[in-house]
Amino acid sequence: MQGMQVSFSSMIRVGDGPETIHVRASSIDELMHALLLRYPDLQGHIDRGVAVSINGQIFRDDWTVTIPEDAEVYLIPRIDGG
Amino acid sequence: MAHDNRYVDKDYKVVGSRYTRPDGIDKVTGKARYGADASAPGGLVGRVLRSPHPHAKILKIDTAKAEKLQGVKAIITCTDLPDLTNGDQGMAHILENCMARGRALYDGHAVAAVAAVDEQIAAKALKLIDVKYKKLPHVTDVDDAMRPDAPVLHENMFTRGVEPTPTAPSNISARTQMGYGDVDAGFAEADVIVERSYKTEQTHQGYIEPHACLASVNPDGTAELWVTTQGHFSFRNVCATLLGLDMAKLKVTSSEIGGGFGGKTHVWAEPVALALSRKANRPVKLVMSREEVFRASGPTSSTSIDIKMGAKKDGTITAAVAEMRYQGGAFPGTWAMLGCMTAFACYDIRNNRSIGWDVVVNRPKVAAYRAPSAPMAAFAVESTIDVIAKEIGQSPIDVRLKNVAREGTQAPYGPTYGPIGIENTLEAVKSHPHMRAKLKKNQGRGVACGFWFNIGGQTCVDLNIGVDGTVNLNVGTVDVGGARSSMAMIAAEELGIAYDDVKVSIGDTASLGHNDTTEGSRGTFSSGMATIFAARDAIGVLKQRAASMWGIPLEDVEWQGGQAIATGDMHSNLPALTLKEIAAKAGRTGGPIAGHNEIVADGAGMGFASHICDVEVDPETGRSQVVRYTVVQDAGKAINPDYVEGQFQGAAAQGIGWALNEEYIYGDDGRLQNAGFLDYRIPVCSDMPFIDTQILEVPNPNHPYGIRGVGETSIVPPLGAVGNAIADATGVRMTHAPMSPPRVLSALDARDAG
Amino acid sequence: MSKATLVSTFVNGDAVQFACPTEESLMTALRDRVGLTGVKEGCGTGDCGACSVTLDGQLVCSCLVLGVEADGREVETVEGMAQQGQLHPLQEQFIEHAALQCGICTPGFLVAAKALLERNPNPDETEIRYALAGNLCRCTGYDKIVRAVQAAAKQMRSRR
Repeated sequence: MQGMQVSFSSMIRVGDGPETIHVRASSIDELMHALLLRYPDLQGHIDRGVAVSINGQIFRDDWTVTIPEDAEVYLIPRIDGG
Repeated sequence: MAHDNRYVDKDYKVVGSRYTRPDGIDKVTGKARYGADASAPGGLVGRVLRSPHPHAKILKIDTAKAEKLQGVKAIITCTDLPDLTNGDQGMAHILENCMARGRALYDGHAVAAVAAVDEQIAAKALKLIDVKYKKLPHVTDVDDAMRPDAPVLHENMFTRGVEPTPTAPSNISARTQMGYGDVDAGFAEADVIVERSYKTEQTHQGYIEPHACLASVNPDGTAELWVTTQGHFSFRNVCATLLGLDMAKLKVTSSEIGGGFGGKTHVWAEPVALALSRKANRPVKLVMSREEVFRASGPTSSTSIDIKMGAKKDGTITAAVAEMRYQGGAFPGTWAMLGCMTAFACYDIRNNRSIGWDVVVNRPKVAAYRAPSAPMAAFAVESTIDVIAKEIGQSPIDVRLKNVAREGTQAPYGPTYGPIGIENTLEAVKSHPHMRAKLKKNQGRGVACGFWFNIGGQTCVDLNIGVDGTVNLNVGTVDVGGARSSMAMIAAEELGIAYDDVKVSIGDTASLGHNDTTEGSRGTFSSGMATIFAARDAIGVLKQRAASMWGIPLEDVEWQGGQAIATGDMHSNLPALTLKEIAAKAGRTGGPIAGHNEIVADGAGMGFASHICDVEVDPETGRSQVVRYTVVQDAGKAINPDYVEGQFQGAAAQGIGWALNEEYIYGDDGRLQNAGFLDYRIPVCSDMPFIDTQILEVPNPNHPYGIRGVGETSIVPPLGAVGNAIADATGVRMTHAPMSPPRVLSALDARDAG
Repeated sequence: MSKATLVSTFVNGDAVQFACPTEESLMTALRDRVGLTGVKEGCGTGDCGACSVTLDGQLVCSCLVLGVEADGREVETVEGMAQQGQLHPLQEQFIEHAALQCGICTPGFLVAAKALLERNPNPDETEIRYALAGNLCRCTGYDKIVRAVQAAAKQMRSRR
């Protein structure tokens, strides 16, 4: 399980937390677990819909996706469309 | 079997050509069946009673007289739809939107419904339902709703995203902010700073087919729903939840859909029809009238937007700030937040900030409309860029190119872009012959850009090979515009067979696993990806059968050009086995041959476009006629260019209507004044010129064929392109959309007066 | 319910009888009594053209005509355009030119375009656009529809 920098798109800021934090995780699922442990308020954002951007590719649904080492990881709102 | 979704460059035999669609004959002969074209034995007619007040307490609903009317079989109110949403606020809002619960929140809000043996009796029954309302003050304008003295719709709405959290309720559901850099430093660096405010009015997707469904609920908890929808699986899940049914027992079949554009991604009539059927114990057909569609389905937001932009004389935009107010109708939505994400997405602006206010008003609950929230933000940003260009004396295209986003640019909402096509589209526009065409008197030219994220989503596909070698492909994404032909082409390409040998159908919810709604430009992208993988699975099976028919190891078998080939010197005497030959023997080699795929299609590639618009403005009437229009958009890979062009042209036409004529007009009484196609004026054939299209292909690295969704992006640039063209023609900068004749005339008069 | 009136009419060349209330539109009568659902209700108020049919050769919005008005007259709908399994040139060209996406407006456009070409076999682009201005399409932006009509007109002229 590697460490990574995770940035919060400013819509998903949790409390007074920093914009970028360091987390250990190898998949989106583990990432969410780690973040929720540190910021329980994140649950509200997850319920409203979040997506994870890994190196610019946006993942909306599949939390089994692995996160490669040194990836740029962003939490952003989950977008739909029309 | 795991599949690799990475792009591989290849020569295509089928994909990229213009095949005719397989469902064309049904559609040109009137055979195709849409939402209102089904009926059932003993079926009843459903009709809905709607609030004539924009905001009112519902004191009492007396259905006694109506129930006594001969031919009335069921009447429902909210008591027949108990709240089973279990704390899910989103679901609770959907439930309340489908049927009022003690309060009417907009003109047209459903308060009761009847099922009767025919149309005339149903209409009479509605008149006999006695509703006692207590009128409340209302608010329909987004800016008015934010004022401290505005009537408050929800006593439990305390603005999120504001520090400290307000102690008094308001109509502001949330504030969002995003961006990066130091905008103050950026403005300090600028040689020119421009500030403008814009307004866009509410529009409707305007699909020609109203909402319609046929619902049939049995006493044992099984049910069927035939419905026009963009997502029958989503409809199933929502309706099952709201009615307390098991999802597997509610079979939803999507009819052909007569237009959706985002407006048929949510339920309005369907839970009502199911509840009526459950109470009456008979099938109920519920069709909305055109007036009901306007008053009570899901139009877009109206908005109010402020832009401040600073630039250096060399064209570099040093800072940009957008403050945007979007109304979501009577229930909270995230429309302003979406607008913030898209506003500056086409550009690399090192210091940018977007602030969004999501607001509720006494209007219908807003739903998505093709690239939701983006067209309004683009109107404001694209107009302002042109103002900047004029101030510094540079061409609008060159200013855009100077600041264009590229692979490696950080998006305003955080992540870095992969390969994207915006620069390619701008270069193509710059060198397009349209830019050199001569303009006549009173004519002007404008250019604008647009973007949409596109999405992937849960997708499930079944591919079955018949014993004669022809193929059935069952997909779960609703075909809104002709994607069936693209799916057949992809299957034919992968299997190496003829396009005509593949028959595509849209499966109902009982025959496939979950498929997400056809929205977000995901149809061809995700069903295409799933079809590729299902075909590859089927090829795996075909190779195994060939190996067994030949009696050779599987690793010595390859699949090429629709045939199994035995490789290696040992087997060089074995003639190839075609798909047809293998299929004919399937029964004796292991049974039916199929391929199957369930995936979460991810890696959707973003879609960027640049448009060129020529308008002629009549100085006496203010009427603007679009005389020439060009769309350049990156499709990643165009599977069937006819249908990609069709998406470009249709989206552009909708954007042009939004730019020039379409708006919801609410009176002081809070009621919708123009709930019909006569006064809600969408473009007609004589309004439009031919729409030229240029398809660019910057492959999406995360799709085997490089596909990017195309359906939505081209509704984004037209408002800006039209506004910029009008400015070029008249010298007047319009800041209020639609730029209808009275508004333009008034602006021309102001120009001439001083 | 008001008493139904018996209507005797010709639909697509076939003698047809149906009973409908006096206030019922021809659109509803064709869809619900005769079973021809090619006629579509887009608005019910004559603004969208999705219900276009011809009545004694004249193009009308069937939602603005009463069912009883069809008595003794000839109605033609999209279902009557193909003859003995052979598509009308307009139908062929609409498919060939991808002039339909969702297809809901297509029956109305075909009926209106056929009426145009019967009056004017060689219309220019402007004449086509104005003749079809009573038919709303939300999917195509009208581009491929106009091209399909031009192609069908050319095909029909060459057959004479």
